[in-house]
Amino acid sequence: MTWFDAPADAAARLATAGYLADAATATTTYLAGALEKPLLLEGPAGVGKTELAKAVSRATGADLVRLQCYEGLDEARALYEWNYKKQLLRIQATNAGGTAAGGVDWDATHDDIFSEEFLLTRPLLTAIRREEPTVLLIDEVDKTDIEVEGLLLEVLSDFQVTIPELGTVAATRRPFVVLTSNASRELSEAVKRRCLYLHIDYPDAARERQILQQQVPDLDGRIAEQLVATVARLRELELKKAPSIAESVDWARTLIALEIRDLDAKAIAETLGAVLKHQSDHERAVKELKLARA
Amino acid sequence: MTEYAEQSGLLDRHLAFVEALRGAGLSVSLAEDIDALAALGAVPWGDRATVRDVFAATLVKKQAQRTTFDALFDVYFPAMVGDGAAAVGGDEAGGPDAGEGAVRDNATALVDFRDRLAEALEAQEIDEAELRRMAAEMVGVFGAMPGRGPGLSSWSAYTALQRVAPQELVDRLVAGLMGEGADEEDTRRRANRRIGSFTAMVEEDARRRIAEEKGPDHVAEVAIRPSIDKLAFMAARRTDLEEMRKEIFPLARRLATRLAKEQHSRHARTAPLDFRRTVRASIATGGVPVTTHHRPKRPHRTDLVVLCDVSGSVANFAQFTLLFVFALREVFQSMRAFTFIDHVHEVTGHFRPGADPVDVLADLSASASHAALWGRTNYGRAFTKFEEAHLDALTPKTTLLILGDARSNYSDLHEDTLKRLTGSVKRAFWLNPEHERNWGTGDSAAPTYGEIVRMIECRNLTQLSEFVHDLAW
Repeated sequence: MTWFDAPADAAARLATAGYLADAATATTTYLAGALEKPLLLEGPAGVGKTELAKAVSRATGADLVRLQCYEGLDEARALYEWNYKKQLLRIQATNAGGTAAGGVDWDATHDDIFSEEFLLTRPLLTAIRREEPTVLLIDEVDKTDIEVEGLLLEVLSDFQVTIPELGTVAATRRPFVVLTSNASRELSEAVKRRCLYLHIDYPDAARERQILQQQVPDLDGRIAEQLVATVARLRELELKKAPSIAESVDWARTLIALEIRDLDAKAIAETLGAVLKHQSDHERAVKELKLARA
Repeated sequence: MTEYAEQSGLLDRHLAFVEALRGAGLSVSLAEDIDALAALGAVPWGDRATVRDVFAATLVKKQAQRTTFDALFDVYFPAMVGDGAAAVGGDEAGGPDAGEGAVRDNATALVDFRDRLAEALEAQEIDEAELRRMAAEMVGVFGAMPGRGPGLSSWSAYTALQRVAPQELVDRLVAGLMGEGADEEDTRRRANRRIGSFTAMVEEDARRRIAEEKGPDHVAEVAIRPSIDKLAFMAARRTDLEEMRKEIFPLARRLATRLAKEQHSRHARTAPLDFRRTVRASIATGGVPVTTHHRPKRPHRTDLVVLCDVSGSVANFAQFTLLFVFALREVFQSMRAFTFIDHVHEVTGHFRPGADPVDVLADLSASASHAALWGRTNYGRAFTKFEEAHLDALTPKTTLLILGDARSNYSDLHEDTLKRLTGSVKRAFWLNPEHERNWGTGDSAAPTYGEIVRMIECRNLTQLSEFVHDLAW
């Protein structure tokens, strides 16, 4: 199956799925589908990296399989695991029934307990074995340990998983793989080499306004403009955590909930907590935007 | 296909581009090279931006290298040739100087051009294509440096910018933009931003023209600045410094993550077994201890005393290093910082936890005056004063870090004092922001001090983070 027909097609279909992609995002997403290569997304938190994967799955009607990475994630949680308890039961059952026969053939038992029935598939293996179109999202891959990256290599380059007892499971249909990273550490060259790379940054004012109006349809056009301008101004300051799209959307919802019709200095000062999450950032914003203290 | 590729020169251009990227420090592997070509085959080539996105997706895997990539892409795949389509269309008959369409560089032309530029910049919505065309015109008319023969002429963005001086248009621009009912400061910022982006376009255009004249490889060698993490502190411009400052905290965070991970993994092999947790975990595998658990290690931390030269020549370097080390303060147990020029001043108090980096830097520069009596760097005097006033800061567990270029204006070096200072601490390092080949030239006392303290070259953010990483062990 082809995922998208052209970069323009990717942009249009992502838009209908509720994701407004810029040209670079659309082109790279299209390429990831056309070349069947994994797509590595980097960028600040809250700019819509995970959302892109979800939008691809909505736009193409594929199912989403998600692997959330965290420190300490291992093979058993990411790839597959043998159902140890069930295997034990099986051995006991065989022994109980077979004592009369005088020790059932070990080889038979061995082949038996390492079969499909006792295999617990985890996200990576699940995504590879699925017959239907699949989007595999490997979220926050920078949170894992280096060893897990090694584990990903076989999956990312050849779309196959080797299980010693069963042999190699190759993908019948290559999934659309999306990896996201907040760049809290550098990923290894080996992983990067196998992926297409896209850095998603904060959007420009026009696109951010579109996103806001799509996510928060009740938002007044004028106030959206004020909000986007203020957020852009905040991003120019040197803050510990610059406000992301997710935070602008939160802010817009806050303004609607509080029925604020005009985003003046007072309104900004009162609702700043929705966008800035550090005390020192607050102080800086109040100083630079010349807000009265709330 | 092969034949066609050879004829068109497209493959050659691609290979030269990849070579230039490698030359600029991007590690482009053969596999990525092939990917890029495969990807180009999958997209329409009509739009230059698409081609750039394709190259970026396949060849650049670090955002820090993106600026280098963009600059090189503009050189190897320029948006236009010569004076651009407009000039060629209006002036088919003669050479660039013959037709009436071509403007000569004279006072009327300059006034006329400035008027048109101001108009274009004042527009409500900026027309980027138009500005790009004007940048090309500006370099073509006001930045030309005619050579003696063919192939010797050149263009200078500097000359063009000096002559047209778009910075002087700011006030006019502010007046033009003010009509929209915005406040003045906001408008001024917008005006400055527009002029800044126009200036960048002019520089880009000059690079493009030179590349056309002398071949892209020449420009790639001389005009492309290294990426921000490789840029030398001493060579940084003001805009670079701002960019570097923004890099500091992400860099410190990455380093802290890396340190935590490494300490964890190194520790796991040597620490004593945590019997209870191991047995508890073995229940899941029917009593077989498949994974072992270990006792947490008692954190080993470093007391750090930083003594840094804040005289003009190395002030940036000192500030960066101080900020960086303080951003990592959870890795170190305690930390005291002193600045000096010819007198010592303690600045530890400026680094409150969670403090705003901009404020900290402002405080630091303000306090630099406390560190000077006569304002001429004097390392020997600074060491003596430090020994007199702050010797209590040094304990046998301390790591002493001295930052500076060791240029002491031919004054008494007081090596014996430094020897006593370094003798009383656990470890001592000297970070020198100068290239190692310049040590010992002029008034540099680097070789003398280098015999007492281990002196390490630290010219850019990469070297700095490597050093701090080793220090935190």
